[in-house]
Amino acid sequence: MAENKGVLIFCETKEGKLAAIATELLGCGRKLADDLGQELSAVLVGSGVSELAKEAIAYGADKVYVVDDPQLKDYQTDSYVSVMEKVVGQAAPRILLLGQTSLGRDLAPRLAFRFKTAASLGCLELAIDPQSKLLLQTKPVYGGNAQAVFTTDSFPQIATVRAKTMTPLEPDPSRKGEVVKVEAGLDPSAVRTKVLEKVAEKITGIKLEDAEVIVCGGRGIGGAEGFAQLEELAKLLKGAVGATRPPCDNEWVPAGAQIGLTGKIVAPELYIAIALSGSSQHMSGCSGSKTIVAINKDPEANIFREARFGLVGDWKKALPAFTEKLKELLAG
Amino acid sequence: MNMIVCIKQVIDPEAPPASFKIDPVGNKVVPPQGVSPVIDPYAEYGVEAALKIKDAQGGKVTAVSLGANQLRDIVKKPLAMGADELILLEDEAFDGGDSWSTAYALAMAIKKIGEYDIIFCGREASDWNAGQVGSGIAEILGLPSVTLVKKIEPAGGKAKLERVTDEGYEVVEVSLPCLITVSNEIGEPRYPTIKGIMGAKKKEPVVWKPADIGVEASQIGAQGRHIKLQKLFQPAREGKCEMVAGESPEEAGANLAAKLREVKVL
Repeated sequence: MAENKGVLIFCETKEGKLAAIATELLGCGRKLADDLGQELSAVLVGSGVSELAKEAIAYGADKVYVVDDPQLKDYQTDSYVSVMEKVVGQAAPRILLLGQTSLGRDLAPRLAFRFKTAASLGCLELAIDPQSKLLLQTKPVYGGNAQAVFTTDSFPQIATVRAKTMTPLEPDPSRKGEVVKVEAGLDPSAVRTKVLEKVAEKITGIKLEDAEVIVCGGRGIGGAEGFAQLEELAKLLKGAVGATRPPCDNEWVPAGAQIGLTGKIVAPELYIAIALSGSSQHMSGCSGSKTIVAINKDPEANIFREARFGLVGDWKKALPAFTEKLKELLAG
Repeated sequence: MNMIVCIKQVIDPEAPPASFKIDPVGNKVVPPQGVSPVIDPYAEYGVEAALKIKDAQGGKVTAVSLGANQLRDIVKKPLAMGADELILLEDEAFDGGDSWSTAYALAMAIKKIGEYDIIFCGREASDWNAGQVGSGIAEILGLPSVTLVKKIEPAGGKAKLERVTDEGYEVVEVSLPCLITVSNEIGEPRYPTIKGIMGAKKKEPVVWKPADIGVEASQIGAQGRHIKLQKLFQPAREGKCEMVAGESPEEAGANLAAKLREVKVL
């Protein structure tokens, strides 16, 4: 195999556009490619995705590989691995990046094993080591209690990146790039799964993963009525309500609201943690938040080690006043 | 239905965060004093998934655990929950592995077991959160895999699965044998019954060494790694929390709002 060169981004699409994670990865990939003095490529896989190549170029790609085939409409491990094996073989990248999504988490490890290389999933930071020129892959381990920096000396070096940890470039529609069509060449009998149905989660308001502001409650909220107050604050801030495990186990809130090790992973601009202690299992789901604000009656609670701003006191008394004052300030 | 579940022993992820310590020289986690290890909670969802199928249509559930110094009382938990057999891949040589060396050893053990319809893994493990062993085993054994699964209905050489996606979930049909990684939405793992615990006490695990599954020391554990750990660290976070006070909790609440506005967080 020729020497591996450049950075390849697997671009997910959503509703006929590049997914937000794809633009974030292109922004990050551009920087890594420039640091290496090499090319940034993108790959689009799906049905009816050809049109998006120019969008990928506007967001920073020098070259876009397009595999457009009706058989690729739905993500399926076997078909996508087969297509990506072909593209990676052709592009021979030094680095392959995917999003830490339900797709990326499935595709990245299988590709890594197929190419006898390694992957790091859920990275927060990526950089090129100035000496070895290898990709430094930083990710949370032990449920967020620690972070690890990994390297791989087999190629491609594969990583998935958490949403909202990288910044997209301003799209430049005048950027020029090359588009390379790749035939899917799928053998339908080699695809051992079939997608029968796709069911969208019922949500009222903003999705937790997309919310810029999250108001999260813990065991100390005490019941569903308490969460109604959190809902009010979330609504005011155009955010979403999350919870630690106990409120979900007690059915004060739906199971889908759980943030943490065994729940959702979020990284909002602002995370308001109310009456929750900040166990590692919970923090691993929200430690990527930009600013954490905590209200808790226990001054020793771990959440105050994680928070930027804190209030020690009974949330039942502090929260209504907090919400009221914010209403006033935001109106003024 | 023959089912295999991959489990492992880990440092209790629910232990107080303050007890979590790193040996920066050895780039290792120091096991906390006085906190007993547990079965990886993600893997327990895999055990639960297999037992649900056993409840509904019968079958045999074999748990396989890899590591050095596995405490029998801990790793026997799947037996206490209702699994039929426990195989331990136990040897110093298995220690210090990454997803590669672990998946390889497990795949070779599964090959030796021979008969299986579904292999279950957790979606990741609570120590290294790598999330790759399941897919790796499937790749090595040439099996179809479906990850992040929350519901399983096997019937007629196939299984109908619900897979958690970023948008909700999808219903997927897969041919058997296959590998499934299980997500927490499958439902809380059952508690072992007294009868289960008593039964597990009497059952001895089968122990396999590297030679028993036909692997060389160079392919497993620390020697078989494909990824190198350069650094392990705890992000500094202590002492940067600014406390907002007031005469009363109400006043403190209002002050906190004013503070967030002042620093333009809102």
